[in-house]
Amino acid sequence: MRFVFKTDYNQDIKLLKHGGYWWSYGVLLAVMIAAPYLVGSYLQSQMVFVFIYAIVGVALIILTGFTGQASLGHAAFLAIGAYTAGFMQSKGIPFIVYFPAAAIITGAVGAMVGFPALRLSGIYLVIATIAFAFIVEEILARWESVTHGNEGMRVRTIDLLGQPIPRDGDAFYFLCLLVLVGSILLALNLLRSPTGRAFIAIRDSETAGKSMGIDLAGYKVKSFAISAALTGMAGVLFAHKMSFISPEMFTLLLSIEFIMVIIIGGAFGVHGAVLGAIFIVMVDPFLTALKDDVPVLGASLASSLGMSPEGAGKLRETMSSIGSAAGLKGAIYGLIIMMFILFEPYGLYGRWLKVKLFFQLFPLYKKATFKRQKTYVKSERNR
Amino acid sequence: MSFFTVDGISLQFGGLKAVDSVSFSVEKGEIFTIIGPNGAGKTSIFNLISRLYDPTSGKLFFEGRDITEIPAHQIAKLGIARTFQNIELFENATMLANLLVGRHCHATTQLWQEILFLPSVRRAEKEHRRKVEEVIEFLDLQPYREKLIAGLPYGVRKVVEVARALCSEPKLILLDEPSSGLNVEETDDMSFWIRDIRTELGVTVLMVEHDMSLVNRVSDRVLALNYGKVLASGTPAEVQAHPDVIAAYLGT
Amino acid sequence: MLDFIQQLVSGIALGCVYGLIALGFVLIYKATEVVNFAQGDLMMLGGFFVFTFIGLVGLDYWLGFLFAVCGMAVFGMATERILIRPILGYPQFSIVMATIGLGYFLRSVAGMIWGTDDLKIETPFSTGVLKLGDLVIAHDKLSVIVATVILCVVLYAFFNYTRLGTAMRATSENMLAAYYMGIPVKRVVSLIWAISAAVAATAGVLLAPITFIHSNVGLALGLKAFPAAVLGGFGSIPGALIGGLIIGVIETLAGFYLPQGWKDVAPYVVLLIVLLVRPHGLFGPSMRKKV
Repeated sequence: MRFVFKTDYNQDIKLLKHGGYWWSYGVLLAVMIAAPYLVGSYLQSQMVFVFIYAIVGVALIILTGFTGQASLGHAAFLAIGAYTAGFMQSKGIPFIVYFPAAAIITGAVGAMVGFPALRLSGIYLVIATIAFAFIVEEILARWESVTHGNEGMRVRTIDLLGQPIPRDGDAFYFLCLLVLVGSILLALNLLRSPTGRAFIAIRDSETAGKSMGIDLAGYKVKSFAISAALTGMAGVLFAHKMSFISPEMFTLLLSIEFIMVIIIGGAFGVHGAVLGAIFIVMVDPFLTALKDDVPVLGASLASSLGMSPEGAGKLRETMSSIGSAAGLKGAIYGLIIMMFILFEPYGLYGRWLKVKLFFQLFPLYKKATFKRQKTYVKSERNR
Repeated sequence: MSFFTVDGISLQFGGLKAVDSVSFSVEKGEIFTIIGPNGAGKTSIFNLISRLYDPTSGKLFFEGRDITEIPAHQIAKLGIARTFQNIELFENATMLANLLVGRHCHATTQLWQEILFLPSVRRAEKEHRRKVEEVIEFLDLQPYREKLIAGLPYGVRKVVEVARALCSEPKLILLDEPSSGLNVEETDDMSFWIRDIRTELGVTVLMVEHDMSLVNRVSDRVLALNYGKVLASGTPAEVQAHPDVIAAYLGT
Repeated sequence: MLDFIQQLVSGIALGCVYGLIALGFVLIYKATEVVNFAQGDLMMLGGFFVFTFIGLVGLDYWLGFLFAVCGMAVFGMATERILIRPILGYPQFSIVMATIGLGYFLRSVAGMIWGTDDLKIETPFSTGVLKLGDLVIAHDKLSVIVATVILCVVLYAFFNYTRLGTAMRATSENMLAAYYMGIPVKRVVSLIWAISAAVAATAGVLLAPITFIHSNVGLALGLKAFPAAVLGGFGSIPGALIGGLIIGVIETLAGFYLPQGWKDVAPYVVLLIVLLVRPHGLFGPSMRKKV
């Protein structure tokens, strides 16, 4: 176990608490930078999606994890970012302008959503964000002069100061990585300054926060605006990656997927956003593998264990029919959510912390260290 | 004009008069205690002072300034901090973070500066951290800096709440039942700290308390309330000898 | 004018459907303060159950109805036992997410079992209309209206005038205190899930002749019923019914009088406006935390 002996207030403020982290995060960053040259184009493309989802995850962690305001409307913010990019690009506005513009516009919309949120809490807030998302979806479908309605619109390749950045290229990968690292730094910087602490105060006790001088209205609006702006930036990247956007891409199901990112990753730390995004994005390749490889593997395993060839063939057929059944993705999503909430409410990052502690304390680790304390539900109606 | 004046303040919930034209004033450097049976309206008065409730009528003056209309989140900036009867700490944050929130009313940095974490933010943070450390030392909270509040025992949390209030460098501190739920030793410590807050830090103390031994030990003046009305006020001995107060407590 | 009344009546019928599903939301919320996002999917499952009993097994309508409701009650209990009980007492948002996960799961499993085609069953209410002057109300819609009103009254009485109902309200207010007062909290919660699933199944059965049964019907209707429950102020049984009626009427009238596209959005616009004015819905209590 490592003890950090603190002799300076700067040490409380530092992002990387001791030298070991320089190494581990340095290696991680180096691997990320080297990755496009090491992995195939399919995996690289999946990694871009991981980055985009992780940016939204960071946005949601700021809003839900720090400030405690639930939102099931983040697909709408993504859509606003994406459509701003698509529309402005079609009007000939350069990327260097419309990228920040999308963030600002989405942030402004987020602030507007934040205002009603001042008076709403819990389930009322969730439904208000759902309602907002529906209205945005419908506007996108009807405002044909700007959005081309349900036909959707093409989004051309990014043109960065005359330099095209094709959506499959390495440059696009680095652009997404850069935005992700930027938003993670933003979240961490907030967390170590008064605004981030005000967010946490609002999450844990609004009354006490108010009495300590926190302007609830102002900070809730700020939290919504920051979260929306980050999601809007992710939306621009998303639009370019997909190269085609239409309203039905931004439904409630996408919002739920975003919430899953932070549930699976763990909502209490920024690490969770990245881990959750990896998990969610990699479900698809996993399912493909399930369809193609697992039945063959299972059958050969069964026959090597002495099963008759017909039996093995039948097994292979059943397995591949399960693997290719329509809606399997939904079932797996559902199972994943339920399993995580049942067994690992702190998400993957929480699991990682436990494993780390196990080795740090070895052989003194006690199972009870992380035993969850049961609290009994009290009415939240009079909050 | 007195340091802090409550002038004929009333609070009505529907048909119930929780506070009924209460007036009192607190002088600078005083320890002023409000006592009274359960439901007498003591905490309601605190909530009125910290502007969580809007009074039905009456006025509040702090350092000669009318604070009746000031929004709740600006009260701390004026120099009034408070604790809560049933501890309202930020459960899922470290003690250090809790105390730093106490510094919030002195935050000067802008959002964009914080996002970039400019050197000015770093300087301000170090200054906040130093101020917090002074309070930690004052209340002997050194062992708990990095601990989550959720894992701290009740007695420590009670002290952390006082510490959080002190971090805002108040001129007037409102303590809502500082000894409730504490054992005898902890209550003793608390009584020393309350006196130290006044003498060493020069902060005026206004508190609500049930434990009469603590009240007798620390208070300069006492105000007794029942059913939202003032029964008596004066020194602790005077108030306890007052026939109305005895009747209110013994129910005769 | 007749047009308007005709639209109003079909709006009320639609509203009752929403009200019926909203009732399921409200029941679980009232007893456990958990919002069950899978409520619509429980209804969908109830529809499939009744399709299986009547359409496939060939039972009589009423017998099939009974079997489906009982089957769903058992299913609700099992869900509670497996999914909800282990996480009872954790933050509410976790439980909400767990029910969202359950919804996903049920939808795709139902799709795998019963296929993705629209299914339809014949019921005694499928044909026939009630004529009041020039006004025409189909029996299937009438049956929904009547059933909703009956269920609302019964459940309202249950919560307010029976010991068990009081125990359920106490449980939602403070679980630990309820334990101490000798209320078998686990059994109460399990029972409430059974009742709620049974209500959902009833909705599914009554809806079967009106909308086709398919695996996504629950999601679509649940997303309309949810605002209905919120509009009424979550936790109020009459509120659920009135909220459902408002949403149903607005949706129908908007679809008839306003340009295309308003039909689906209008209920949400109204919901947002109501929430801005009354943050706890029309009938929700507006209390605040004591410090």
